Amino acid sequence: MSAEWERVCLLDDLEVERGVTALVHGQAIAIFRTHDGEVHALGNYDPFARASVLARGIVGTRGGVPFVASPMHKHAFDLRTGRCLDDETHSVPVYDVAVEDGVVLVGRRKQAVA
Amino acid sequence: MTHQRSTLVVVGHGMVGHRFVQAAIERGLTETHDIVVIGAERRPAYDRVALTSFFAAESADELSLLPEGEYDDPRVTLVLDAEVTEVDRAGRVVTYVSPAPGDVAEPLSNPGRVETIAYDALVLATGAAPFVPLVEGRDKDGCFVYRTIEDLEAIRVASATATSGIVIGGGLLGLEAANALVQLGLETHVVEMAPRLMPVQLDGSGGATLVRHIEKLGVTVHAGVLTEAITGEDSVAGLRMRPAGTEEGAETSTVEAQVVVFSAGIRPRDALARECGLDLAERGGVLVDEQCRTSDPHVFAIGECAAPAGRMYGLVAPGYAMAEVVVDALREGPGTFTGADMSTKLKLLGVDVASFGDAFATTPDSLELVYSDAVAGVYKKLVVAESEDGSFRLLGGILVGDASAYGTLRPLVASGIALPANPEELILPASRGSIELGMPDEAQVCSCNDVTKAQVVHAVAEEGCEDVAAVKTCTRAGSTCGSCVPLVKNIIEEHFASVGKVVDKGLCEHFRLTRQELFDVVAVHGYRRFDDIVEAHGTGRGCDVCKPAIASILASQFNGHVLDSDTRRLQDTNDAYLANIQRNGTYSVVPRIPGGEITPEKLIVIGEVARDFNLYTKITGGQRIDLFGARMEELPAIWRRLVDAGFESGHAYGKSLRTVKSCVGSTWCRFGVQDSVGLAIALELRYRGLRSPHKLKGGVSGCARECAEARSKDFGIIATEKGWNLYVGGNGGAVPAHARLLAGDLDTETLISYLDRYLMYYIRTADRLQRTAGWIDSLEGGLDRVREVVVDDALGLGAELEAEMARHVGSYFDEWQATLEDPDKLSRFVSFVNAPDTPDPAISFTEERGQIRPADSEGPVELGALIPVGAPAEGAVR
Repeated sequence: MSAEWERVCLLDDLEVERGVTALVHGQAIAIFRTHDGEVHALGNYDPFARASVLARGIVGTRGGVPFVASPMHKHAFDLRTGRCLDDETHSVPVYDVAVEDGVVLVGRRKQAVA
Repeated sequence: MTHQRSTLVVVGHGMVGHRFVQAAIERGLTETHDIVVIGAERRPAYDRVALTSFFAAESADELSLLPEGEYDDPRVTLVLDAEVTEVDRAGRVVTYVSPAPGDVAEPLSNPGRVETIAYDALVLATGAAPFVPLVEGRDKDGCFVYRTIEDLEAIRVASATATSGIVIGGGLLGLEAANALVQLGLETHVVEMAPRLMPVQLDGSGGATLVRHIEKLGVTVHAGVLTEAITGEDSVAGLRMRPAGTEEGAETSTVEAQVVVFSAGIRPRDALARECGLDLAERGGVLVDEQCRTSDPHVFAIGECAAPAGRMYGLVAPGYAMAEVVVDALREGPGTFTGADMSTKLKLLGVDVASFGDAFATTPDSLELVYSDAVAGVYKKLVVAESEDGSFRLLGGILVGDASAYGTLRPLVASGIALPANPEELILPASRGSIELGMPDEAQVCSCNDVTKAQVVHAVAEEGCEDVAAVKTCTRAGSTCGSCVPLVKNIIEEHFASVGKVVDKGLCEHFRLTRQELFDVVAVHGYRRFDDIVEAHGTGRGCDVCKPAIASILASQFNGHVLDSDTRRLQDTNDAYLANIQRNGTYSVVPRIPGGEITPEKLIVIGEVARDFNLYTKITGGQRIDLFGARMEELPAIWRRLVDAGFESGHAYGKSLRTVKSCVGSTWCRFGVQDSVGLAIALELRYRGLRSPHKLKGGVSGCARECAEARSKDFGIIATEKGWNLYVGGNGGAVPAHARLLAGDLDTETLISYLDRYLMYYIRTADRLQRTAGWIDSLEGGLDRVREVVVDDALGLGAELEAEMARHVGSYFDEWQATLEDPDKLSRFVSFVNAPDTPDPAISFTEERGQIRPADSEGPVELGALIPVGAPAEGAVR
């Protein structure tokens, strides 16, 4: 594993559909584990409310898309792409995630999907 | 432009006088006018239309339109039990006799004194008086009229020793009076001169159908007879009558009775106007123009004492319309009164009766369509006219026994639109025909509040109203008599259908069930986990709408900890951390201070905690103290201090009971009549932690001055000399609502059982995020329905609802204390999973007025060099 990957917690520390915040490369990152076993990492900062809160939102699905609803004003963000489902002009950064030997690692910021 | 205030004197405080004052306050007239209302009765205005329900009511207060006895607006003065004796129009002075002020302690020793008041404008709302025909013996003991609460009290006293009673007059009011006598247990007779009942509204067949219904209830109807005399010595012994149209000396018959109620019509109370020389109408009543102005431009007349264009209106709706017109005139607005829809729909002795438009087919060339089912006791008639294009238009109609079509039919008269090709289907039973109605936009839907179809559609399409309750609030349609509610509902549904919107009462995309249905499903199956519920009754993995709703339902039914492993990921923002999130992601903390009562020691603890954690402090509207600016990871330490000092969660974060606000009450206040603080504390402790569809607030005032503002709460209690009055359905906020009287003069035990039932019934049946006011509006029957269920126990649910509440009370625990005792629950109160003690760099404060406040955020903050990359992570991963 390169130095770009950072170990943040054990997979068992992640409750299904309940986020945690991790400090990765000095940034607050929201990490979620969905019901189907996937782990996602997003920037924790809600661009609408201008506050670092996304990990505390409710996780669910909208038309099959896994999302988190910001605890501030309930804007929904796609856990896979970071795109806001209520307002296409906004998105949050998404990070690479890996799980190795039961440890969750967060990597680089993914390139925005066109 | 003058800034001098004017004085407006209103004579009469009946329903119309009261409505006038309400409208004057609502529309800002009191910004420029001081209003003095002089009422002759000793009570403030009450609901005369519902007079018969007085016998079923627990107290006269239930009928009151102004239970506090005074208006919220200090610029309105209400003088009751006072009689206006003279109006000096030249000097613009009103003279009245009233009990002397300041002598309240000994009212009997002071017979009242003469007062005068100068006016800039005068409004006569003196109403009407019962008409008592010149019948021999009409002054005997046992003869009554039917107009005021005092009349009903006298009838009740007399009925206690009577076996049978007679009502003279078979009109609308006469049948109401007959209903009252039936309720009092008398063998009841109705005597009517016309050949049928309700001769003004019904034709022969309609009247005959009504008679059959009413006679089934044990009322004997004598139609087409003339009262010759009331017999008896000093008191009534009976009534002698002969067939109408026969000469004196014709054969008579006699009915025995000890009570006679005259209900043969009303006459305008226009004596005051007559004495001061105002023009009167030919048949009585103060003659007024379209602005309800009398022959003196400074004097107006409204309601039953007024005669716009010479005609008197004996219904309350036209009186209300006149009240609005005069408020408009005084504000130099354009409103006019040009006549009123005299349509009537009511339930008489349990029978639906409606009459509207040209019910007697007096229009030339009109035709009648009749549906009659004598077995079922249903009679329906439509009066129609053929237009030049060959289509038919509705002119009027009569409905007896089933008036469900009234809401659809009446607006068709006003709008004059073409009927479908088969108009008879409009009155056929629903199973035999149904019909699509195209109403034009300008058709009047609600005649009480003059709301058109276009206004309803606008409220739905532009204002975002999605149901009847929302449209009611927005347009007032359906908020007075309620007869147009089914029509409003149809218009809403029709609109949604036309724009292709599926009217889905389901909670969200994951559940087709309503909150109420989900509540029942959980109760029946005993589900405790979201996964079980969504697998059995929903789809997907839920969302921020259904998850908190289900969390609330589970909490209401099982009262588990909201942070238990099965429910914590369902909790909304604030419940998830048992605190209120603020704009910068920090939280505020509110310990419970029941009833707003707190010891100095506890106040000091709050101060110390706030100081030690550097929290911003503010007093809340619910009489407690809010501590702002706590980082999420600080919450357990803050609560450890608070719990150790004896505080518990205030549930300021929950859709649950917040506070029960109180005034200081009889223990300290020289006006208090009951211990409001003691009751408020008891209620707050009883209902604390109760999860509900929306937040719940209560208030208790120790006297009628209402210093606790209890009527702005979901439940408000106001002390009386005899106990407590219970008001329900109030709230502040964006759409304020005043709580309305549910029951009066209750002892504490009964009060608590009613409250238990009311709150549990609300929790069971309300929609998600629906406050009690909207919930009551959404129930068919509104407040009356709540009263049936809570007070009369019509559903037989009372004991069950009380048992559910008892279960809640018995299983209450402080969820903050429980959290502090459970490492699993505490584990999530960390800033970062891999750096639990590192504060989130995105949170920063600045200072204002000596306390902290959030600094504005420009974007995500990087911790950068503050934390060596990787170091905390290594430490956190075991």
